[in-house]
Order: sequence, then structure tokens, then C-alpha cells
Amino acid sequence: MRYTVHKVFLPWNFEKEEQWLNEMSAKGLELVSIGWCKYIFEDGSKNEYKYRIELLENLPSHAESITYIRFLEDMGIEHIGSFFRWVYLRKKTQDGDFDLYSDIDSKIKHYRRISIFVGVLGLANAAPAITNGINYFNNDFMRNYPIFILNAVVAVVLIAGYFILLKKIIRLKKDKQLYE
Amino acid sequence: MIENIALTEAVYYILLSLTEPLHGYGIMQNISSLSGGRVNMAAGTLYGALTTMLEKGWIKAVDGDNNSRKKEYQITSAGKAVLEKELIRLNELVNNGEKILGGIK
Repeated sequence: MRYTVHKVFLPWNFEKEEQWLNEMSAKGLELVSIGWCKYIFEDGSKNEYKYRIELLENLPSHAESITYIRFLEDMGIEHIGSFFRWVYLRKKTQDGDFDLYSDIDSKIKHYRRISIFVGVLGLANAAPAITNGINYFNNDFMRNYPIFILNAVVAVVLIAGYFILLKKIIRLKKDKQLYE
Repeated sequence: MIENIALTEAVYYILLSLTEPLHGYGIMQNISSLSGGRVNMAAGTLYGALTTMLEKGWIKAVDGDNNSRKKEYQITSAGKAVLEKELIRLNELVNNGEKILGGIK
């Protein structure tokens, strides 16, 4: 049987998303396909796979991403699907632990990539919100009022997310002064 | 380039593993067995380190078996020089530690 679940995770909560996918696997539901806030599961044996999500530097169709994904496949890691630059990966539980990053440096690099992704999206929403806001104060008739609100809310949420990621990066950098 | 900086544990063990040509999975297994299961390299970290070391010329990609499409890597003479320098540094650390603490109890 196939099951479709609609669920929203914010990009800086990707670890919670991973945890949720692993909890689904514990119930015997294995992720087989991914879409816009959409997860498709199939029946499997309980805890058959461990899941990880990664934001790549390039789109999955880019040559460098293809090389990387092939490398992962050679290591027994399966690429389930992608959403924009995000890739969904899994590995058989019986093949041992599944982490993508095993040192602080590479963890920081991944968080930084996500923070830039979130920050750019935040600015992309803040720019029209600010322009519309200025128009409003200049007593210009505001035709795009709902869009202004949407832009402003999305921008605030994304910029907050950027700072959440920044905090994580700073914490890791402090660890790095003492450990590898 | 900073020349006297310490290698990361990952880079040190990858270079040590590549005195023989190995592919990614082989490197990971070799590091785990060399360290008695203590160091388990994750795939993303390993890939990042391999890419950087290829750029620096510390390792090179070699043609593997014809049956295998997996890419194999091997240390270069530049990589060996880096490794030997690191070994001298590590020896210094261990010697000083033992001298002051009187060895491992």
C-alpha cells in the first residue's frame, strides 16, 4: 500500500524532519517519494532504513551532484528523491550507522549552506515587502495589500530561521576551538 | 598556505589508507579497522575531504578494476610528504605527553 502524507517542515528543522522519517520507518512506513510538502510512504519491515536529508550545493541534476550521489550509492546509500536542492537519502539499518557528516567542519559547512539558502529566500521576500511598505506610507493606493502581508510574514519567518541556523553554527565553532 | 597546521583526523587516516588504491567504501572500512572501530567516517565528510585533497594534489584518482565503476584513489608523493610531516608532529605530541604524564596507566 502507498500512503501520502502532507506535512510542512521548515528548512532549519531538517533534523526534525529526519527524525520524523525515522519514526515512520519504525512504524514500518518507508519513504519512497517526495514532493512539495508531500511524502509518499510504502509498507516495509519496521526500521528497515535510516533516513537523512541534505541540501546540496547544486541542483541534483548538476554534474557535481551526480558524481556525489553516485559516490553515496557506492557506499550503500540510496537516493530516494529530491526537492529543489534537497536530497532525501536512506541506508539499510543492518548496514550500520548512517550519518552524512562525522566532523564539526563538515557539519558547519552544511549548516552554512542552509543558512545562505534561507537568508536569500528571506531577502527575496523582504525586498518587495519593503517596497510595498514604502508605497503605503507615501499614501499610494495599496492594491497588493495581501501580497505585502504574505511577503512580510514569510520574510520575518525566514530571517528568524537564518538566525536560528547562525546560532547553531556559532555553537559548533566554539566546540571547534577545543575539538575536531 | 599555512604549512605547519595539524591535519584533521579524517585527512590523516584517509591519507594513511591510500598507500594502496581504494574506493570510498574501502577507505571507510579501512579507517574503521585501523582505529579499532573508533573512527567511523560519514560519507559526506569523506567525499568532501577526498575532493579537497584531489584539488591539492595530495591524492589522485586511479582506474579501478574493469568490472567496477567505482572510482579509486591513491596517495601522491606530495600527499606522502604531508603525511610524514604530520607523523613527526604527532610523535612530538605523544613524546611530550608521555614525558610529562609518565605514560598511559
